[in-house]
Amino acid sequence: MKRILGGVIAVLIFIVLALAFMHIPFGNIDLAEYHYYNPVDNEHTQDSVPQHYLDEGKKETGSTNIVTAVVVDYRGFDTLGEVTVLFLASTGVGSVMYIFEKEKRRKVRRANAVVETASKLLFGFIILFGAYIFVHGHLTPGGGFPGGAVIASSFLLLYLAYPRFHAEHKSLNVAESLAGLTFVGVGILGLFLAGYFLYNFLPFGLPTYLFSAGVIPVIYVAVGVKVGSELTGIVDAMMGVRE
Amino acid sequence: MIPYYYLASVALIVIGLYIVIAKKNLIKIIIGLDMMDTGVNLLLISIGYVKGGTAPIENGNYTLYVDPIPQALVLTAIVIGVSVMALALSIVIGLYKNTGSLELDEIRRERK
Amino acid sequence: MDLFTLVSLILIIAMLIAAVVAAEIKDLLSAAIAMGIVSLIVSILFYILQAPDVAITEASIGAGLSLAIMIFAIKHTERWEK
Repeated sequence: MKRILGGVIAVLIFIVLALAFMHIPFGNIDLAEYHYYNPVDNEHTQDSVPQHYLDEGKKETGSTNIVTAVVVDYRGFDTLGEVTVLFLASTGVGSVMYIFEKEKRRKVRRANAVVETASKLLFGFIILFGAYIFVHGHLTPGGGFPGGAVIASSFLLLYLAYPRFHAEHKSLNVAESLAGLTFVGVGILGLFLAGYFLYNFLPFGLPTYLFSAGVIPVIYVAVGVKVGSELTGIVDAMMGVRE
Repeated sequence: MIPYYYLASVALIVIGLYIVIAKKNLIKIIIGLDMMDTGVNLLLISIGYVKGGTAPIENGNYTLYVDPIPQALVLTAIVIGVSVMALALSIVIGLYKNTGSLELDEIRRERK
Repeated sequence: MDLFTLVSLILIIAMLIAAVVAAEIKDLLSAAIAMGIVSLIVSILFYILQAPDVAITEASIGAGLSLAIMIFAIKHTERWEK
């Protein structure tokens, strides 16, 4: 009964959405035609927001990766909200899985010799690769979020190879808290210096060098460390208690 | 030429919606939620595609770029999707330890 | 039919077959792995649509950590759906 109802609703919603999306052109769009409507003065302007970000992005923020400039500089407050949501989820997972602390520990087998040796060798390289991704966030694709996920993947490899391994809770907490304080501290420092939150106050430098783009590498390093330690905490909590 | 990317992502959303409505196992329902998230992300990025454009990294040789704003939105949405899924799965594990079953109708019958 | 359309259509058909498998199969471990295949193919489609940041993020988070968390949850509960 529920399957037939689910099937009918699914087909109806598919037909309605498909008819709505057939009229949007795919691929043949001109970004300079996205004029926006200013409700304050009740007029249609002549600039378009994506074309402005593409033309003036390198000059106004100093980074060559335009997606990084949008995520950290133009829409930096949304990134702060997203980091908060990730922090809430990590706290929630840790507090729900805490109730299994008093359970009987279960026995697990040791892993293969190949897995143990290879994971000891690869652990440092994977962390180095993840750090490379978030340090060069303003020059190459990537940024803070995939860099943190790669660092959490290296800890996942260590959890799978050595069943009795536990990451230090204190070091994870200290790293996460310091990274969060850095992000908010940089924003408040911008508020004191120029008048609005997350102002880009460090010098811009030359465009394709590592020490350029002002405050963007600092924020992305903070975001990368924070996301990496939070995802490691989630993986650690969900492995459960084992001996 | 019909836009097949939009139809594919709407199909992914609708399959996820069917799983959430019609299935009884809790972990299957969470897999359906993740499928809806993935479908919406694919829809957002395929709207911003420009034919002949390249990736939005400033380069001297190219003049036509793809729209950078949907990519910035989807970057945030992917991480939020995985954090919502982790919290939902931990609540399901707690529910299993308390009631001993994962099916919705058995849990409802036991509550009465 | 140029190369872009051909490759995209093959990948989209594979993705939809994997999505239907994830919906109908009774073994939860196979359903989780089918969800991992959907994430992987979506990451390749992101790369074809000229979005490399999003492709790296979806590949490492969707096909890496999300799949691992689901398999941990299946290990704590039951594997077969009634």
